[in-house]
Amino acid sequence: MNWSGLFSQLLEIVVALLLAPLLTGWVNQCRAWLQNKSAPSLLLPYRMLRKLFHKESVVAEHASQLFRVAPYIVFGCMVMASAIIPTLSTDLPLSPAADAIALVGLFAFARVFISLAAMDIGTAFGSLGARREMLIGFLAEPALLMVLFSASLITQSTSLTSIVGTLAHREFAIYPSLAFAGIAFTMVSLAENARVPVDNPATHLELTMIHEALILEYSGRHLALMEWAASLKMFAYSCIGLTLFFPWGLAEVGSPGEMVVALPVLVLKLTIGGALLALIETASAKMRIFRVPEFLATAFMLAVIGMLVHFLLGA
Amino acid sequence: MLHLDWLLLLCGAWLVVGALGILALRRFRFVSHVLFPLGGLICLGVFLVALSAIFESPETAILPLGLPGLPFHLRLDALSALFIAVIGSVGAGVSIFAAGYFRKGEGTPPGLLCLQYHIFLASMVLVVLADDAYAFMVMWETMALSSFFLVTSNHRIAAIRKAGYLYLLVAHIGAIAILLCFGVLQANTGDYTFDNMRAQNLSPFWASAAFLLAVFGFGAKAGILPLHVWLPEAHPAAPSPVSALMSGVMLKTAIYGLLRVSFDLLQMQLWWWGLILLALGLVTALFGVMFSAVQTDMKRLLAYSSIENIGLLLVGMGLGVLFKAYRMDALAALALTACLYHVASHAFFKSLLFLGTGSVLHATGERNLGRLGGLMRYMPWVAWVTLIGVLASAGLPPFGGFVSEWLLLQSFLFTPGLPDPFLNMLIPVVAAAVALVAALAGFAMVKFYGVIFLGQPRETKLAQAHDAGWLERIGLLWLVAGCLVLGLFPVQVIEPIGRVTLLLIGQNLADTVRVNGWFLLAPMSVDRASYAPLVFLVVGAASFYLAVILVRLLYRGKLRRAVPWDCGYPAGNARMQDTAEGFGQPIRRMFDPFFRMDIKHPTPFDEKPTYSVSVEDHFWHWIYLPIARATEAVAKLVGRLQQGRISVYLMYSFVTLIAMLVVVRL
Repeated sequence: MNWSGLFSQLLEIVVALLLAPLLTGWVNQCRAWLQNKSAPSLLLPYRMLRKLFHKESVVAEHASQLFRVAPYIVFGCMVMASAIIPTLSTDLPLSPAADAIALVGLFAFARVFISLAAMDIGTAFGSLGARREMLIGFLAEPALLMVLFSASLITQSTSLTSIVGTLAHREFAIYPSLAFAGIAFTMVSLAENARVPVDNPATHLELTMIHEALILEYSGRHLALMEWAASLKMFAYSCIGLTLFFPWGLAEVGSPGEMVVALPVLVLKLTIGGALLALIETASAKMRIFRVPEFLATAFMLAVIGMLVHFLLGA
Repeated sequence: MLHLDWLLLLCGAWLVVGALGILALRRFRFVSHVLFPLGGLICLGVFLVALSAIFESPETAILPLGLPGLPFHLRLDALSALFIAVIGSVGAGVSIFAAGYFRKGEGTPPGLLCLQYHIFLASMVLVVLADDAYAFMVMWETMALSSFFLVTSNHRIAAIRKAGYLYLLVAHIGAIAILLCFGVLQANTGDYTFDNMRAQNLSPFWASAAFLLAVFGFGAKAGILPLHVWLPEAHPAAPSPVSALMSGVMLKTAIYGLLRVSFDLLQMQLWWWGLILLALGLVTALFGVMFSAVQTDMKRLLAYSSIENIGLLLVGMGLGVLFKAYRMDALAALALTACLYHVASHAFFKSLLFLGTGSVLHATGERNLGRLGGLMRYMPWVAWVTLIGVLASAGLPPFGGFVSEWLLLQSFLFTPGLPDPFLNMLIPVVAAAVALVAALAGFAMVKFYGVIFLGQPRETKLAQAHDAGWLERIGLLWLVAGCLVLGLFPVQVIEPIGRVTLLLIGQNLADTVRVNGWFLLAPMSVDRASYAPLVFLVVGAASFYLAVILVRLLYRGKLRRAVPWDCGYPAGNARMQDTAEGFGQPIRRMFDPFFRMDIKHPTPFDEKPTYSVSVEDHFWHWIYLPIARATEAVAKLVGRLQQGRISVYLMYSFVTLIAMLVVVRL
């Protein structure tokens, strides 16, 4: 391990931690504009986190230890995920420790814990949320895996840094399999980040909520961690999408100086991506919960078709 | 002394322990506190001997048992040693747990139970050691019979007797197929030693016949679709340590048999064998996981999850056969390593989970998920330990189940191109299905854990539940340690597994894995794929603790206990949580055609509304009941001959005599 690798690794984590709430704020702002509302401040998520961290935490009287450790575990998982996804540089010492499959496993780990924590209190909403979250998860997880597999079939590697490195260095070509994977990935990320056609992050409407039902019993610092982890998850998913489908502008091994360019490029990409996300959310309506499996099954099928296309066309 | 002698000595020691149990038939304390721990120690010995035997050259022995002129041939090679190591290591934990588990006055007297239990252990080891068809079948039957008696140890309950009968029936149908398979393999030489079978060069037709018979016979033991029906009945019926052994270990002897026949005794592999295994494995895995997600009995849920895992094992084996048939030995070794890794990790986590349900069953007397809940508060020990098993079973990093899944998915991804384009297209579809199974297993496991241990207790009596005793805790901890070792030290675990693939395929994955250091698992090269569970765990734990410490230091937040918020709804109670039926409802709805459901909805005018749903298996109605009815009809026809009057029987003799005379005359 060299110093520049360590530096880029730490920088990535710090950038993810700092930029993640900003991305959430930006998406909310764009959405408000598109819906002709007056937009909240870009910095609102930070203020929210600060407020929540300072408040006391109210925990249900019969909550077990698991309920109290879950926010830290989920937060830790998301930090780890943002550490292994190449956002600024492909020179990441942690990258060999976990490849694309382990990344999916990491998300699954967080999901299992957040669902278990929701069931811990034993309220109707908690278990409802847990059931729906696991329902979404069991379809979204294999779909995400298939998307990543499409990329790794092209690059002959499941290591995220090699995938990005190889894709960035190929001369510009349109891979049909990646096109399918891209659509599937967009659908999966909407579902995984509790965005509109699947879940609505802006409501507490009891019968439709998924993510909000999961964290309903959390307050104070625990809620802050959960919210921050949710932002980090969205940041991580955006970065997976950007690195898989627009893998340019990342710094490479041996040239840490390129990170000076990489950071503004990342911010630019995220700005455009966030605006597009807000556009998708505004343009679509929320689905009934039992339409969600169909939606995700479509994503799964598209991802599998992407892989089949790779075998058919060899690209 | 050779390893094989040591193993035989230890098996003999098991039998002595069992015989002592008979002498102390009703002396409960002696049996539970002396004999079972002793058996556990012997397990440990078996484990250590087998582990060192994996790295040695094969040893053979001839036991002067059995019929005159037909002695038992035994052979200890890497394959059998690996499976014996699994039996020993898991058995050690289960035996210690059993020492604290069995209670007075439950079914079979403790001494007899001790005998059956240790015969069961010894027969499993000897099945794996057997080197001729005769010894194999004798041990196989001993295993089936001893486990039958263990399953029916609560024989006063009619449902358990019925489950035991079904188990015995299917086990024997399977045994016939295995016997026929050996008959084909010896190729009319009359010599039933495995050495002779290895030397035969069968034509593709007969080789395929032997292979298919083996799939049927061993499949009946492993619970491959559609021969699985006994498994969700028999495994839950047994006392929990026995369920643990049956699900965790005994199913693996069937996998062993299938590996032995298809990679060792048969000298060729045809590509479509692999396809059959892949298809059977996928169907079994999907079926198992779907059914496990909708179960309402905790042990049945685990039994169906065992069916799912057997399916995954078959997928790995099928890939191995496919690659071997196309001479892609490196990939075949990778797929087989995944399969064998999963043998070990499933043995550990499934035994752990079954033992966890055993503790719950003892503490509460309930197996029905609808009457459990909130046990984390009353039995935190069992709850935390079971959590590890649940995470491993859901295939999450950094536990054992994830490594095998990872290896399996890698072997799909690195398929460089099979000669057949149709097969090439199949690979991604199979990979997708495996990923789906793994994710659904997570759903089933969250349901299992959440409904039993989390939430509020659904019955008032649950508040009296007590945590596991110290012997039970030691047993559980041993299995947890196994899950952790398998999850965190894949490079070291692949060393012994590599010996087995070297024996079966001629490739040792450990050679390529070893060069990347002791903590980094990279089956091909680091650029292509790598996974370092220890680093993974350390970084994950570091970010967890950093978050804890920073939040503590910066905010010194206070904590207040209050009634749950629940969206401000004040009248919530334990009955409003999701039941097991409720949690499984999305799955029932999505995979509706696969279940045979009977739902009774209440009408608005019911005085006491009740809702019930029962989920049954189509196969039972499609295959088993028709066969049962046909058998009964035939029996009735034959029964007409029996009139019970001597004159009628005399007439039968007379008619037969006349008929014979006519035949002779012609």
